[in-house]
Amino acid sequence: MYIKRPHYVALISVLLLALLLFKLPSQSVNKIKLAIGALFLPLFGLSNTTHAALNKTGNSVVPRSDLIRQNEEFRKENQELKLRLRQSDEAWRENGQFREILGWQKQVPWKLKLSRVVGRDPANWWRTMQINVGARDGIRLNAPVLTTDGLVGRISALGDTRAQVLLLGDPNLRVGAVVEGETRETGVILSNTSKPLENNMVDLGFLSRNSAVKPGQPVVTSGDGGIFPKGILIGHVVDSRPVEYGLSTEARVKLAARFSALEEVWVMLP
Amino acid sequence: MNHFSSFLILLIAFVGVFMQSSFDALRNLSGAQIDILPALIIYTALTHDLVSMSLLGVLGGLWTDSLSANALGASVLPLSLIGLITYQSRSLLLRENTYAQFVLGASASALVPLCTVVTLLGLGDHPIIGWGSLWQLLVMAAAGGVLTPLCFLVFDRINLALNYRPATENSFRQDRQIKRGRQ
Repeated sequence: MYIKRPHYVALISVLLLALLLFKLPSQSVNKIKLAIGALFLPLFGLSNTTHAALNKTGNSVVPRSDLIRQNEEFRKENQELKLRLRQSDEAWRENGQFREILGWQKQVPWKLKLSRVVGRDPANWWRTMQINVGARDGIRLNAPVLTTDGLVGRISALGDTRAQVLLLGDPNLRVGAVVEGETRETGVILSNTSKPLENNMVDLGFLSRNSAVKPGQPVVTSGDGGIFPKGILIGHVVDSRPVEYGLSTEARVKLAARFSALEEVWVMLP
Repeated sequence: MNHFSSFLILLIAFVGVFMQSSFDALRNLSGAQIDILPALIIYTALTHDLVSMSLLGVLGGLWTDSLSANALGASVLPLSLIGLITYQSRSLLLRENTYAQFVLGASASALVPLCTVVTLLGLGDHPIIGWGSLWQLLVMAAAGGVLTPLCFLVFDRINLALNYRPATENSFRQDRQIKRGRQ
């Protein structure tokens, strides 16, 4: 096949550009990515505004009787939560006193920032998403991201007004975890790489050979590694199987956070 | 082909990448997110000049990578290469045939993600791949196959609406006129 000169020029230019981009240091790549991604900000803004307007329209057609009933339910729930908060404040204070007596490190209460999910990874082979808060809002790199249901992931790239969140199940995110129960087995949350369609499942690897994890047991963060605080719910054990010729056990964990319906998440502030 | 048409293709690619990132309905339904860029690159390679095609390959790839965890440039290479190969052989392709457009779109939509994943693996990344990826490729190929003839249909309509129509040739030819009588 005869190849014309301009085709060669185009081919070589593209190859050179790709090579140049691949060889750039990761900090520069992140900066370029954020700069290019910033082009989408008007569209993300438009999408948010449209979403809010649709919600407002939807709310305006809800019958008054339903709103009154919902309001009553929320009022009751609010009162119950206030009572529980008082109780937990007391427990927190007591816990602090005991820690001081024992000489343990003082626990710091979580500071959280609510953010809105503006986009997911367009590629099918990664699990990341974009949120509408960034360095300007006090967010730091590697900050844990969670919902009221459980852990979601951590911040992996940070712009001024936008951040990329690495979700649980992505191969680049590993989390130390504990199975709650009598034995308190420890393991590491790994990506379920062989099953890309199951986005609400992850593997809990590196469990001991004679591990006795049972379906339904809650799995929480172990606090090892220094990124995720101890005790955040990750999910529940579905089943377990021996791996590596019976040398260790691996369990499948169903994530507590509903990843297919994430709209708002909380980012932990330093 | 005028500059407006090339600009329109880039604009649709830009909005397409944004929608891939923002709308999850199909991903939640089928387990795979579809990609409009392979269909657009096939259309551009078959109907536009080399500069428009290369611009779409480079910019489309960079836009996708900026919203993704891909290494920057990982999508540029497959898109541009497939565009160049198609552009190179466009005189041999039945580009006006809908079936040919479907096959080309489907092939490109399967090859672009495949080459991107191979590039990522070559760069030392560990993307999520398994048996389920075959299903995702199938969904992407089918969607790309449907989108390519649609691109031809929509852009042809737009070009027809916005461009000057080509002047029709008169069947009368001076040199073929039968002249009667003595000259």
